[in-house]
Amino acid sequence: MMNSTIEVRGLTVVRGGRPVLTDLDLDVGPGVTGLLGPSGCGKSTLLRALVGVQRVAGGTVTVLGEEAGSAPLRDRVGYVTQAASVYDDLTVAENLRFFARVLGVDADAVERAIDAVDLAGHRDAVAGRLSGGQRSRVSLAVALLGAPDLLVLDEPTVGLDPVLRRDLWELFHGIAAGGATVLVSSHVMDEAERCDRLLLMREGRVLADDTPDAIKQRAGTTDVETAFLALVEAAA
Amino acid sequence: MSPRTTLAVARRVLTQVRRDHRTLAMLLVLPTLLMTLLWWMYQDAGPQFDRLGPALLAIFPFIVMFLVTSVTTLRERSSGTLERLLAMPMGRLDFLLGYAVAFGVVAAAQSAIAVGVSVGLLRLELTGSVWLLAVVAVVDAVLGTALGLFVSAFAQTEFQAVQFMPAVVVPQILLCGLLVPRDDMPDVLGAVSDVLPLSYAVDAMSHLGASASTGQVWRDLAVVAGFALAGLALGAATLRRRTA
Repeated sequence: MMNSTIEVRGLTVVRGGRPVLTDLDLDVGPGVTGLLGPSGCGKSTLLRALVGVQRVAGGTVTVLGEEAGSAPLRDRVGYVTQAASVYDDLTVAENLRFFARVLGVDADAVERAIDAVDLAGHRDAVAGRLSGGQRSRVSLAVALLGAPDLLVLDEPTVGLDPVLRRDLWELFHGIAAGGATVLVSSHVMDEAERCDRLLLMREGRVLADDTPDAIKQRAGTTDVETAFLALVEAAA
Repeated sequence: MSPRTTLAVARRVLTQVRRDHRTLAMLLVLPTLLMTLLWWMYQDAGPQFDRLGPALLAIFPFIVMFLVTSVTTLRERSSGTLERLLAMPMGRLDFLLGYAVAFGVVAAAQSAIAVGVSVGLLRLELTGSVWLLAVVAVVDAVLGTALGLFVSAFAQTEFQAVQFMPAVVVPQILLCGLLVPRDDMPDVLGAVSDVLPLSYAVDAMSHLGASASTGQVWRDLAVVAGFALAGLALGAATLRRRTA
């Protein structure tokens, strides 16, 4: 693929003496790609490797033509971890203003990010007093600040109410429509339908890499969850 | 290195400190209260307060900043914010210098109050310059910050981080010459004392208490500043972008 945002070749990651990813090859292009698989299948480790914060045992990860985690990528890649990485003793606006200063973006970007995650009503609330879902939206807003070309989101919709979840998926598609690549992980299979492309993952391997429709068609099923089961049984 | 990100970190840390009223009150008032206690203890014991006072003005900011910094940076490591910052255009040294600047400012306020009360109200007799005394106190605080940043890399929990205080700070207090003059210690301990930064900080302070000459003070101050810079450099080496 010529216009891949992410190119992974032979990626191997060992954590605590146990191989988590083994000789993984992967290409991800623009649009919204869902990384789906059960808890513990290596999704977070793969995302960490793409952002360049994971120590890897072998292979290469190229993002936007540069080595993952290298200096030119640091203001082009937005990353949201599973746990909200924000300062609990600062307000929503203070958190965003701080990260905006680090990224060198202006105050307008702060307001846009707060609006994008629908937290304008809580901008002066201390992050530690917000609900879990609100805190994770603050964390998401931080990742949106620099208008990144690649947005890597580790389970951003866990525990959110359905309306908000729908709004966030609309936001992801809006960002992708601007030409960016959005990679979203989830262990909830019903989020699969919202993605342009899917990566189904299990035990450190990619079982399928295609559009949701193509995956269902090939497995002869009507939903992604059943397709996933069929793929696991076929691989066994 | 970038002044923009360094100042961003410093501003953020100061905002966090300001928000936490209890911590802020303790940072600003506690050293002064302890100086007052010392003054009271030695009310009827002659000029001891003048001998010990300057040394304690060096030790308090060192202890306080060591504790505060080791716990805050550990929190930053465990909450994921450090990982997030290192994935952004943030130099490791910018991060550490930001902390050093923020706690340096807090230390300046803390020392101004402690020195002001000690000299103004408690009649601490100083032969040397009050201003230089405050400068030494601030550099001591930065030293505490630098060492706190460094040891936080070796702690997994806040419990462990706090335990580094008796491990790293108390031996320096015992060997700095406050209890037994450094020249009177067994040779081995005297040699150990010679390589501990707090010894130089206390020497500088004691010198200011007893003499108006400043050459020795600047030399001691340079040693303490050197240790602080080395601590920051070691701390930077412990911040890793990629972790297992």
